Formats: sequence, structure tokens, C-alpha cells
Amino acid sequence: MPPVLELKGITKRFPGVLANDHIDLRLEEGHVLSLLGENGAGKSTLMNILYGLYSQDEGDIYIRGENVAINTPNDAIRQGIGMVHQHFMLVPVLTVTENVMLGMESMKRAGFLDRETSANRIREISDRYGLEVDPDAVVEDLPVGIQQRVEIIKLLYRNADILILDEPTAVLTPQEVEGLFDVIHTLVALGKSVIFISHKLKEVLEISDRIVVLRRGRVVGSTTPVESDERDLATMMVGRDVILSVAKMPREPEAVVLNVRSLFVRGDQAKMAVNGISFEVRGGEILGVAGVQGNGQTELVEALTGLRAVEGGRIMIAGEDTTHASPRTITEVGTAHIPEDRQRDGLVLDYPVEDNMILNTYYLPPQAKGMVMQEAVIAERAENLVAEYDVRTPSISTPTGNLSGGNQQKVIVARELSRPVRLLIASQPTRGLDVGSIEYIHSQLVRKRDEGVAVFVISAELDEVMSLSDRIMVMFEGKIMGTVSAVGATKEELGLLMAGVAPETATMTS
Amino acid sequence: MNKKRSEDASIREDTSSVATNSETALRDKVRKTRGVVWRSLLVPLLATVTAFAIGGLVIIATDESVYEAFQDGIGRGIVQVFIVIGRAYGTFFTGAFGNPAQIVEALFSGNAAQIRRAVYPITETLRISTPYIFAGLAVALGFQGGLFNIGAEGQYFVGGLVCVFAGYSITGLPQIIHLPLALLAGVAGGALWGAIPGYLKGKTGAHEVITTIMMNYIAYRLAEFMLDVGGPMARGDGRPVSPEIQLSAYLPQFFPNRVDLRVNAGIFLALGVAWVVWWLLYRTTVGYEIRTVGKNPDAARYAGISVPRVMVITMALSGALAGLSAATDILGVLHFMPNSFFSGYGFDAIALALLGNSHPAGVVLASLLFGAIGAGARNMQGMAHVPIDITSILQGLIIVFIAAPAIIRALYRMREPEEDEELALARG
Repeated sequence: MPPVLELKGITKRFPGVLANDHIDLRLEEGHVLSLLGENGAGKSTLMNILYGLYSQDEGDIYIRGENVAINTPNDAIRQGIGMVHQHFMLVPVLTVTENVMLGMESMKRAGFLDRETSANRIREISDRYGLEVDPDAVVEDLPVGIQQRVEIIKLLYRNADILILDEPTAVLTPQEVEGLFDVIHTLVALGKSVIFISHKLKEVLEISDRIVVLRRGRVVGSTTPVESDERDLATMMVGRDVILSVAKMPREPEAVVLNVRSLFVRGDQAKMAVNGISFEVRGGEILGVAGVQGNGQTELVEALTGLRAVEGGRIMIAGEDTTHASPRTITEVGTAHIPEDRQRDGLVLDYPVEDNMILNTYYLPPQAKGMVMQEAVIAERAENLVAEYDVRTPSISTPTGNLSGGNQQKVIVARELSRPVRLLIASQPTRGLDVGSIEYIHSQLVRKRDEGVAVFVISAELDEVMSLSDRIMVMFEGKIMGTVSAVGATKEELGLLMAGVAPETATMTS
Repeated sequence: MNKKRSEDASIREDTSSVATNSETALRDKVRKTRGVVWRSLLVPLLATVTAFAIGGLVIIATDESVYEAFQDGIGRGIVQVFIVIGRAYGTFFTGAFGNPAQIVEALFSGNAAQIRRAVYPITETLRISTPYIFAGLAVALGFQGGLFNIGAEGQYFVGGLVCVFAGYSITGLPQIIHLPLALLAGVAGGALWGAIPGYLKGKTGAHEVITTIMMNYIAYRLAEFMLDVGGPMARGDGRPVSPEIQLSAYLPQFFPNRVDLRVNAGIFLALGVAWVVWWLLYRTTVGYEIRTVGKNPDAARYAGISVPRVMVITMALSGALAGLSAATDILGVLHFMPNSFFSGYGFDAIALALLGNSHPAGVVLASLLFGAIGAGARNMQGMAHVPIDITSILQGLIIVFIAAPAIIRALYRMREPEEDEELALARG
């Protein structure tokens, strides 16, 4: 039997770039095929060709052995190909049913929408694949994980057999990822075929039947989870050996730099998001915060950096009371902040790289003399930082929005780490980045710790927190469930704390 | 990584390699800037050309002689079309820029009166452009700060009131003190009127579009109250206008003895202020703050910039420029302030800022274009009997095409502004 999908010699050129270079791919019925590659490896281009958004310059697409032309997404849907994009294509204010119907509404007589029939069909699909989606729920009220399932229902509703999931786990919590994997297992068990796009090695090893690795537009390897491990895949993906664990030497912590005492911070819904927590971070140590997202971590960081008002308690940074200080004051006492949402808070995407390098120091000498900006100084500084922090950019005058996510993050890291700081607050420092960038950013955080900076890391990736931190603090519903030494901490132990189960055996160190 | 770091250490020591680096970057920048300048000029240019083409159709369609000629035969009709268009745009051109032959002849003759007559159209274009430049800069500066200042009109009025008061009420000062004082009075009035919506936006989030529109109405009524017959600033001779300003507050005229040649030092002031605005926006910390707040207020807050403070500054500067617009009109041309409800500058200014892509140089060019259209259309009305309303039609069409560049691109089969190659590379 021919494979359900086969790509032969797909080539796509963009001006100056060979995005896909003679790519061959086989997807067997009922299999999960993972496409692994760094940002810019050509995964998205390939999938956009398959989905009819781009057309290939060379090569053929075969569905069940038949050569087909896919020129528009409609062609793709007709051929049973469906795609869940990284950013969902849902109308927030409509119900699940309305979103699924959109574009192929079933009608009653006189042009009235037949919601009932559609809703029943959605219920049927949801039950069959174990999706647990309520057709009458309004999309904006649903958590991200469920919204993703609505996207999957959209495809199934249109009778897709081949489901392309583009970086589906990037937006999910660990628990939601598990749920998604259950769904994928059910899908393939019932005869669907899945293309899973990711750059996360663990996930790919867990879910795939076959793994194809892309690098610079080419297939550089095809393997199975049984035949390979994380190190193999990482090497294939990056093209050289990578250090997956964070190399760091033991270090004695120094004096307290960040001292938080019974801090209360309100969330957006007026509820207390941070509920009377106390902790401290010493120079030369990394304190990592573990916790399911939405347990007060974001609000805590915003309060520490002056972006959110403090309701009660006290924050001391380097001996100064910054409880109600402005972001500028907090920066000036020696705080660096790598923000959670780098594109919203950390960068002006329209600005050239050089202007983003001075975002919070633009007014200080030597960048400015009085109120006059010193262009030559700014440019030279930017050139040096781009070189030193390995930011891959055509030039310092390139708009920052044109860089890849990893390089945008490096711009922020370069800016924040290049000035003298006592405290470094890094919120989701590697979210959405590729292996190479993650490795680099981790090494920079450790470097700062070794220099005696107090490092406070918040991450939704438990693995990251565990490998980076000297101590791990677990947050649940705005409270600290426990603080443990990273040495000897286990996932099980932390997982229980993250779920809000009070520690009995956890070693309390702070 | 470690290798990389040691390499960088060597780069830092080897200053010559840094120098070459930044030299390449500089060359790169110059090349790119040229491309950007050309691209940002192309659409406005084509928009203008297209607007004139369509304006031509309007002129033909409203000209009776064309219909009459077509009744005599298609050939006659077509000829008449060209005659009408030629006459209309011919008079338009000479109205805006003068007759080149006449200018050359006048210059050779050396006769002062003849020269004055020949260059009159250009002086009118510059005279009309002057307040446009200030008002356009006002709105452009607001745009740069992410604020849509629809209140330039009101700021013009308040700036004008304060300016004219300083102009007529203060006596006995030499021009060198009185004139700057009167200009500053206009600046202060406009700045105050602009700063209020800025403050409201910064402190309470009240949308500046709403508040500036409302401030406009207050300004109109304020001017009406002040200048109407019997009002505190009325002349007292039964006309709803302010008293004449002192001679010491006059902006220097180029032709002080000729009433018709109204061009004055205001045009130089306008060009100078345009440069200052450019310098402020792109070369100072204040400008960096304004642009950062305009492009990404969240990042501005993160960077420690006080967003409300910058909003007040932006609106005050914007209002100050609108106030200058009124000041130059009063001190340079009118020499008093009339109680008219609309100057229109505040609203044309939005068009100018759009046309000029919110860049000071672009605003100057756009203002010169609008000045030329104003002067040309007046001549066209007088000489070719084309209604002066054609000005509004031309300006309107230009703005439509600027605001909807897709029309121009489709018309001239231009490509979409291409994403840079590096983008494709970075995004894969």
C-alpha cells in the first residue's frame, strides 16, 4: 500500500534563500511523523507548501500514491489535509460550534444557520476522539489547550485524514501537553495520520513513529525514537555537538540581593495573584521558580520590576527599598530584566537593533550627552554587543522584528547583561527558542551567577528550572509551596508541590 | 560558545576590525536609507500625479465648452478637451510657480517691478505653505508619539489669541524683543491647549481623539467670545476682529512696501523649526522617548520611561507647533486675528502629516505641494474659470491615494513592499 502522503524532491527558493532543498518525506497511514528543526530550518515553508499557501518550485506531492497539485488551502482540505497553526485561527467571541461551522455553514431553509446539526456532529467527533469539548462554549472562555482542540475539531469536521500540527506544544502547559499527546494517540489509533512539527526533543521522542530532521532546508536525518536519543537529535538539528545539561560548578552564595517580605500583589481580575510570599535571592546563586503558569509568577515579576503596584509587603533590592519604586529606579539600583513577553515588553520591533540595545540606558552617558544622543557611540556599542553575544543580524540597522525569535532574545540578553547588575530577573528566558539559542542563554545566565549576580529565573519548563537552579521555589495559587535545593530534587517531588500538595518530605532550605 | 567569546575579546582589542565593521555598517545604512527615501517618495508622488489626472477629468466633465464642442463632432470635442486641460493646468502651474519665461526675462531686464510681478506666484506658494508646515509638523509629531492630535485647529485658535494679544497690547518694545515674545505667546497658548488632552490621556486614559475634538469646540467659542463685537479682545469699531498688532511684532517682510507680496520671514522660521523637530525626534533623548512610546508603550514602560509624562510632552509640543502656525499667520500676514470659525489648517494638517509620512522633511514637501495647489487653484479660478473647489478635490484625492496605497500599487502594478530577504532567511 502506498504511503498516505509522500513528498518527492520539494524545492522552494526565496530571493537569496533556498528554503527547501529537494526534500523527500513519507508519512504512513496511522503514524505520527515529526519534523524536527531549528527556527529557519524550513519546516514551516514545507508545511505551507503542503497546505497550499506557497507553491513549490520543484517536486511532487503524492496522496495515497496519486500525484496531486495543491495550489490553495481549499485544495489541501479537499485532499484531506488539515493544519493547526501555531497561532489559532479562531473568532474569540463565537461559540465552538460557530467557529467550526465558519466557512462551511450548514443551512436550514431560508438561509438560517443550522447550529443544532453542527453541534451534534461536533459532539460526536469530540466523543469519538476523546476531545472533551463543549460545542456551546464561547471560545474566549476556553483555556488554550481546549482552543487547540477546537482547531483539531475543525479539521476533523472537514474530514481531514492528514493533520499537520505546527509547534502545537509551544503554547501549552506540561499538563496540557500530556492531554494533547493522548488526543494524538487516539487520532492515529483511529486511522488518522499526523505531522508533528517541533523543536523540542523530548516531545518528539515521546510521540513519534518516525522523526525527520531538517537543517537549512535539507533533510539531514530520518530516524525513529528507538534508534536515537536527545543527544543524537540535537546534534543532527544543530549540526554540531550541543550541551544539553547546563554545565555549572558549585558556588557559595554571597550576601542577600533580593529580599521579599510578605508580598501581596493583585492580578488583573482584582484577585490577589501573589499572596503574602517571602523569599530571598543571594548573589552568586540561581533561584528558579517552578509552577504551572498562572499561579502568580507573572504578577510577581511585574511587581519586582516596578511594572505592577504592590498591595502589601516589602521588596528590597541591593539594600534599597524598591517596594513602590518606578521601573527606572529599579533598573538603576542594578536590576536586569528579561521579560516574559519579549515582543511586547522587551523590544520595539520597528526599531533597528542598535536602538533596542539602549532601550533602558538611552539617557545615560556615554549614549547621551545631556539630551543629545551620541549616534557613533550607540552604533559602536551595538556592533560590539552583536559580536559578543552572537546576535545573527545582517546589520545593526536591521529592524529587530525581522530577526528570528532566538536572535531577538539575544538582543535583550545582550542589553540586560552588558551593564553592571546585581540582580537578574529572567522570565521564561528560552520560551519558543531553538536548541542553540537555549544553550547559549543558559550559559549566559550561569556566567552571571558565577560573577556573583543574584539570578531569579521563572520558567514554565520544569526541566529548565531543574537544570539551571541552585534552589527551586515552587509557586501555587500565589503562595510558595516549598523551596528545595536543586541537588537531589526530583520531578515527582516538584510535581506534587506544583499541584498544590503540601510537602511532607521535601527538604526545606529557606 | 567559549570559542566565540574569546574571538570577541580579540575583536575588542583589534580596534581596526571594529572600525571596518562600523564602516561597512555605515555604507550599508546609507544604501538602505537611499532605498527607503526613494520608496517613501514614490507612492506620494504617484498619488499626486494620479490625483491631478482625475482632477483633470473633473475639470473636463464640468466644462460646458467641452460638451458644446462634442456636439460639433468628436474631433472638435477631443481638441477642446486638450484646450481646456491645457488652459486649466497651465494657469495652475503659472499660478503656483510663475511663468518661467517671464521670470527669466524679468531677471534679465533688472526692472524691480517686473521681477516682483514675475515671482509673485512663488511668493504666494511659499506664503500659503508656511502655516501648513507648522500645522503639519504638529500632527506629525503627535503621530510619532502614537497620539492622533485632531486638535491642531483648536490649538491654532488659542495660540492665535494669546499671540495677537501679546502683539497688540504690549507697546514700546523693540522688534527684537517684541516679535520673539509674540511668537512665544503663540507657542505657549498652543502648548497649553495641547497639553490638556495629553494630561487627560496620560492620567486617565481619555482618548485624545475625543478630547482634542472637544477642546476644538471650546477654542472656537473662546475665540468667538473674545473677538465678537463687544468682546474683550474685539477692536471696538464694530468688526469682530482683534486690534492690529504693533509694528514691532511684525514678522519681517521681504517686500515691506508691497501689500500684495505677503511672503515673510515665517517661511524661514518654518524650515528652521522643521529641522529642529527632526533633530528633536531623531537625535535627542526626548525624541527617543516620544518615538518609543509611539511605537510600543509597553516597552517604553519596561524601559523606565514615564508614559504619561511623555504623552503630555508630545501633546504640548504638538500644540506649540499648531500655535506657531497661527502666530506666523498673524504676525506675518494678517496682522490681526479675525473671528472665523475654521482656519482649516488643523484638519489639512492631518492630511499633510499622512502625506509626509510623519517625517518633518516629508511634511515640508507636502506643505509646499499644498501651498502650490492653493496658489495655483486661485490663479486657475481667475484665469481659466475653474472653480476653486478643485483644490479640495485634488487634496482629497491625494489623501485617498496616500491612505489607500493599495490603489496606487494596483494602478501602477507596483509590487507589495517586499519583505527583506533577511526576513525570509530568519523566518524560514
